[in-house]
Amino acid sequence: MDQLLQFVFSGLTVGAVYALVALGFTLIYNASDVINFAQGEFVMLGGMVTVFAHAAGVPLPLAALLAIVVAVATGLAVHRFAIEPARGANAVTLIIITIGASILIRGLAQIMFDKQFHRFPAFSGEDPIAVLGASILPQSLWVLGGAAVIVAALWLFMERTLLGKAVRATAANRLAARLVGIDTTLVLALAFGVSGAIGALAGILVTPITLTSVTVGTLLALKGFAAAMLGGIGNPVGAVAGGLVLGLLEALAAGFLSSTYKDAVAFVVIIAVLFVLPQGLFGKRAVERV
Amino acid sequence: MQRRQLIGGLAGAALLALATPSLAQAPIRIGSVLSVTGPASFLGDPEARTLRLYIERINQAGGVLGRRLELVLYDDGGDANRARTFATRLVEDDRVIAVVGGTTTGTSLAMIPVFEEAKIPFISLAGGIEIIEPVKPFTFKTPHTDKMACEKIFTDLRKRGLTRVGLISGTGGFGASMRNQCLRVAGDFGVQIVADERYGPGDTDMTPQLTRIRNVPGGVQAVINADFGQGPAIVTRNFAQLNMGVPLYQSHGVASRSFIELAGAAAEGVRLPAAALLVAEQLADNDPQKRVVMEYKQTFESTQNQPVSTFGGHAYDGLMILVEAIKRANSTDGTKIRDAIRATRGFIGTGGVVNMSATDHMGLDLSAFRMIEIRGGTWTLVD
Repeated sequence: MDQLLQFVFSGLTVGAVYALVALGFTLIYNASDVINFAQGEFVMLGGMVTVFAHAAGVPLPLAALLAIVVAVATGLAVHRFAIEPARGANAVTLIIITIGASILIRGLAQIMFDKQFHRFPAFSGEDPIAVLGASILPQSLWVLGGAAVIVAALWLFMERTLLGKAVRATAANRLAARLVGIDTTLVLALAFGVSGAIGALAGILVTPITLTSVTVGTLLALKGFAAAMLGGIGNPVGAVAGGLVLGLLEALAAGFLSSTYKDAVAFVVIIAVLFVLPQGLFGKRAVERV
Repeated sequence: MQRRQLIGGLAGAALLALATPSLAQAPIRIGSVLSVTGPASFLGDPEARTLRLYIERINQAGGVLGRRLELVLYDDGGDANRARTFATRLVEDDRVIAVVGGTTTGTSLAMIPVFEEAKIPFISLAGGIEIIEPVKPFTFKTPHTDKMACEKIFTDLRKRGLTRVGLISGTGGFGASMRNQCLRVAGDFGVQIVADERYGPGDTDMTPQLTRIRNVPGGVQAVINADFGQGPAIVTRNFAQLNMGVPLYQSHGVASRSFIELAGAAAEGVRLPAAALLVAEQLADNDPQKRVVMEYKQTFESTQNQPVSTFGGHAYDGLMILVEAIKRANSTDGTKIRDAIRATRGFIGTGGVVNMSATDHMGLDLSAFRMIEIRGGTWTLVD
């Protein structure tokens, strides 16, 4: 029992990060049909900028804020200088552009920072908390709580604000949204900015546990993408569920089956799910009207 | 007109400046392919710094055989395919007389056939035992092997009377190779590997694996982690989180300052086998390595503004073994240098005392490894 609980703690912590990356994918996908493969780099920037600002003597909360600003600016820059000039190109071209952007961001980060792994202190101590025979780090609670707050805030923004409604309208039907006077370019820029902020927050929350370096973005983008596909690409609830399920799958597979094949087990399950439900767990059935 | 003259004058001065230190003859070209960037950059970067630093110092002291040394260094980014391409370039275009480098076991193995065919001595800086076993005529290496790390750890375990051991290793090249070696030699030391867990290169949480090790029927008395990079730091933190209550052993792959910084308080009490360089100040004054490691440490740290690591030390050893061999061979002929490297006896490097032979192209024994424990956030010599 305590063993199962330990695996669940591990899975949820890792899964919460996947969920936040998947959420970033979802936002931009909804606004433009583009899968933004630079999403992992936002997570990297969140961690690395905080590390270096903190090392330079900036207090941790301020360093984190700075990291979010940098990631948002990077997101907006990717949109302004990479996506916007190619406006009208098809989604595949834009996806390839985001891959190029992610390589550029990683390269610049490598020059500005360094190639080593780093961390900064956990927010509220390093002493694990014992829960029913299992142990969880205080920082894991920060990750889970932080992810919940981000999801809730995003939901409020989407449901309760005019700008959020514009994003949803654009996601539902871009042409119709433009016809009723919504500036879809602005909506897409907003999506990139918010994705940058979410990615940076994920990076800041998780770095004390997982460590960070300029190369962590690649794998996170891959796992986040898998989570978004599992949950149903374009669905925020699906993104969160997909991330948590992927994290749990990995932890349970490592714990009960074989740690060597845990990634394989997770991906086999994803393939099996997509085989039965091609739209993912929460995806809406896409009907192509001829 | 005046401007052109100025440029001409500058060019002449530059030529003169270049010509003065070069002593009449053409320089001796030494090649190197290192992983200065990419995932193994924390190994390759200090190696490249060391080679540049010491080749400059050797030249200032008058070069070798009255000739300057010239370093031709390429960065393979950790990619074995690129390493092989650069190896071919070193042989065919740059016409180097010997090569120091090959940061990882993978890149080294990819380059070996090129240098063997060209009969160019190659001193690898990678750990894997496959590089020198079976012995290849022109291939040598300076770092300790993962097999020696296992043997050193098992010797220490036996001394402490611990026999039931859990093994957790990364699936990358280093971790996989060391896992195999540990499984192979455990029996010789009366050690029983009762758990064998693994994790992927980018994994960020190893509590499931450690929980499995903790819950092995009959329990474990110690845990060994075979890997380098950020993995061991996370394992060490998870180990403390789960309050495992048994000794944790790491490999020589974590022998750098950054491991202690990343693992934080959790690193307290962790033991690892490592080269004497790590505990230079703590060596007894009559220790044969004391002078060499102190000198390298001070030279490196005063010029590079970063703490010394054992990986740069391997590059130092490789370069010095080569330079001494060239001097003894009194020639730049590949086969003669090879014979001279093979005849290296009693060379004191940062990695240990090197005694090469026709059947041993590394020349280190277990005495080259020191057992080190992390106490109070720093390395402490245990024996």
